[in-house]
Amino acid sequence: MGSYVSITEMEQQKMLDAVGVRSLDELYKDVPAEMLLSEGELKLPSGKSELEVRESIGAYAAQNTRFATVLRGAGSYRHYIPAVVKSVISREELVTAYTPYQAEVSQGILQSIYEYQSMICQLFGMDVSNASVYDGCTAAAEAVGMCRDRRRGKALVSACADPQVIETIRTYCFGSGMELALVSEKNGQTDADALKELAGADTACLYIQQPNYYGQMEDAEGLGAIIHEAGGKYIMGVNPIACAVMATPGECGADIAVGEGQPLGLPTSFGGPYLGIMTATQAMMRKLPGRIVGKTSDHDGNVGYVLTLTAREQHIRREKASSNICSNEALCALTAAVYLSAMGAKSLTEAAEQSMAKAHYLAGLLAEAELPLKYEGEYFHEFVTVCESQKAQAILDALEKKGILGGLPVEGGLLWCATEMVSRAKLDETAAIVKEVLAR
Amino acid sequence: MKLIFEKGQEGHGLGLLPECDVPKVSLSRTRRKPPVLPHVSENELTRHYTALAKRVHGMNDGFYPLGSCTMKYNPKINEEMAALPGFTDLHPLQPVETAQGALRVLKETEEAICEITGMDRMTLQPAAGAHGEFTGLLLIKAYHKSRGDFGRTKIIVPDSAHGTNPASSVMAGFTVVNVPSDENGCVDVEALRAAVGPDTAGLMLTNPNTVGIFDKNILEITKIIHEAGGQCYYDGANLNAVMGVVRPGDMGFDVIHVNLHKTFSTPHGGGGPGSGPVGCKAHLAAFLPGPCVEKSDEGLILRKPAQSIGRVRGFYGNFLVVVRALTYIQTLGKEGIPEAAKHAVLNANYMMARLKDSYHMAYDTICMHEFVMNLSELKKETGVSAMDIAKGLLDHGIHPPTMYFPLIVHEALMVEPTETETKDTLDEAIGVFIQLAELARTQPEELLSAPHVTPVGRLDEVGAARKPVLRWTPEEQDI
Repeated sequence: MGSYVSITEMEQQKMLDAVGVRSLDELYKDVPAEMLLSEGELKLPSGKSELEVRESIGAYAAQNTRFATVLRGAGSYRHYIPAVVKSVISREELVTAYTPYQAEVSQGILQSIYEYQSMICQLFGMDVSNASVYDGCTAAAEAVGMCRDRRRGKALVSACADPQVIETIRTYCFGSGMELALVSEKNGQTDADALKELAGADTACLYIQQPNYYGQMEDAEGLGAIIHEAGGKYIMGVNPIACAVMATPGECGADIAVGEGQPLGLPTSFGGPYLGIMTATQAMMRKLPGRIVGKTSDHDGNVGYVLTLTAREQHIRREKASSNICSNEALCALTAAVYLSAMGAKSLTEAAEQSMAKAHYLAGLLAEAELPLKYEGEYFHEFVTVCESQKAQAILDALEKKGILGGLPVEGGLLWCATEMVSRAKLDETAAIVKEVLAR
Repeated sequence: MKLIFEKGQEGHGLGLLPECDVPKVSLSRTRRKPPVLPHVSENELTRHYTALAKRVHGMNDGFYPLGSCTMKYNPKINEEMAALPGFTDLHPLQPVETAQGALRVLKETEEAICEITGMDRMTLQPAAGAHGEFTGLLLIKAYHKSRGDFGRTKIIVPDSAHGTNPASSVMAGFTVVNVPSDENGCVDVEALRAAVGPDTAGLMLTNPNTVGIFDKNILEITKIIHEAGGQCYYDGANLNAVMGVVRPGDMGFDVIHVNLHKTFSTPHGGGGPGSGPVGCKAHLAAFLPGPCVEKSDEGLILRKPAQSIGRVRGFYGNFLVVVRALTYIQTLGKEGIPEAAKHAVLNANYMMARLKDSYHMAYDTICMHEFVMNLSELKKETGVSAMDIAKGLLDHGIHPPTMYFPLIVHEALMVEPTETETKDTLDEAIGVFIQLAELARTQPEELLSAPHVTPVGRLDEVGAARKPVLRWTPEEQDI
């Protein structure tokens, strides 16, 4: 119906005249004629009016089930998003601007990223943050790539990490030629003895997730000490909400800390856009991929911000760049910064504590309903209960009828998650439904 | 302007969460001290970000002819559709039966862009153009490997290519062979013929290329690669010039990426999120990242292709960006898509024609959606560089063109007006460009010291890189 082209016939004629051609088609004279699409050859529906598009896309949205209660995480978490977040990130200038190459007219974006970097460093206890990468999975994969050197080409990855993260690291290793070995799981946690066996002179790094995929708290400091002993780098993938309360990656000795930033104010949105958080120690700063904003000044001494350390990047270094990344997730980084500013340390800590409290409350009720915990270790806001798959499916079906998205089926059980979004009443209701199904 | 850390007071804040209604528990190992985050009221918060937004030139603040970036208008209906709770509230791991509408968005987008590009299958998982390049190159790698063809280690890249092309090649484990461009800015066919061999894995090419010219030898180029046993990769950064007019698939390309945040009107967000779907011909489809959306008797399902290279990202890509792109595709339809391309090309040619007398064009021919000016002469004559003209444009509320790219043109300014600008806007901008060229000759110092009306002047980039200050720290506050 439209192409957002606004031009009158007279204007078009004047423009064609100025160019010196008779028609729009003549502009394509360099395209071999046999290749040009003929009229009607493009098999697409005709354009639609805005009203029709609204109905059409709206119908797709309406086809999906919106669960009122979500007790599923596994890499995507429903937390409370303050109203102010959506309001701020809808500002037209912030939404529509390009990457801030022209610093003088991009100070707003550059400063917001500088503030984001500062907040993330605070949260993670690390020295340096970049301006973001695509998501938590790619952040982990890029981190592994940072650790490679000539003698050390093997990456160790905890089997307790999110399977999607492991798979993404594997794909990136297929590209780079790095070798990947999994450090096995024991009682729902990374097996330290297995790590000691595997870590050696060829080991570039260890990647672990905290809390891990099963919600368990790893002995992050202990694992870090083992990999450092072997001369490898230590990468932690962390949940940023958990960082408000748990020992930070910096405190645990991480050389690089990454994470999925979605819990910081981004809706679950069927998987994206999300936010790849990426931080490092000062020593590894120049190996970081992606944009980094730094503080500087103009001739008059006014403080300003610029994209810096660009000698790492593809547009300068081409095949010698530390990564190919160009576009990142700037608006999602801005979202996280607004979220963290709105929450402040106090509400962020409260969200973390409530998530943890609700998960433990739910776990207790489920255990009473004869859905016991699979692992004994300490956990944050996710946990696995033992349940054979047929029963698990019956539980999920019964919960779905009440608008509750139950735990994710994983090997031997269900992986549950609770956040501050779920009230005690809903947790009680969930447990009652589970109990009823198991009593059948 | 103050940082948000320097605003507000300890004790300011928002009332966001209720009291906890279950008993609290704590971890045995906790962080030593809480993070130092801003403590601002909601009013302080919104004023801070409103002030920041005012210090940004967005699409709607004025003309934005940033070459190679396709800064077209971002339609508002796209934003509304992407904000529907039926999309934003979806958990990516909820049962597929409960997310059929979302899968339809993915499938319909895949089919439409395959039709536009002449490809057979597509993944929407890559989150940006460069991410798509990496993905596409891994498809090529997996393809050769599956045929037991292990000696193909080189990717051929023209010297005019985007920096991401060689960088992606290296990430995918290839070595890069640069081939020179000819005097028209196109691939030097003889140099290409000399460069291919049994070690050629493939070629990466943009067409129209980065100087804004459609390479008329394209069929011969892709044939040379195919005859050498290589695969042809199409960098879709410049698809806006030809969408609905000619298809990469018909040019002989085997695998492509497109940038939804360029060609399909989704906003750039100050650097992202974008989306870089990768399409391929049937012989590469088995290697696509998983999962892909497939049709079945029970409706749409998610399935990993048989010989998949594996995931390149979590879940299914930047889903809400895809929703925006589909909204755009439905709006334009089969008529609007070629119309947009043709007017993008007309707008570029019109600007180029009107600027010819004031600026030296790097390639004086009919261009596609963008053109490149070479300011070497002007610089020699007046001391005013491409950078100085760019900074002068800032004072007139125009976002500068892309500077110093492609590398094969000295003192380059690359102008891409896009189809969504009116003749009036182009005429005004042309007037400013001409005025600046005159100013360079009469009062060069005006441009050498530009910009004058922006919140800050030219910033010390060298100093920023030499002594990097990359974050605020609480200690700084105490000083």
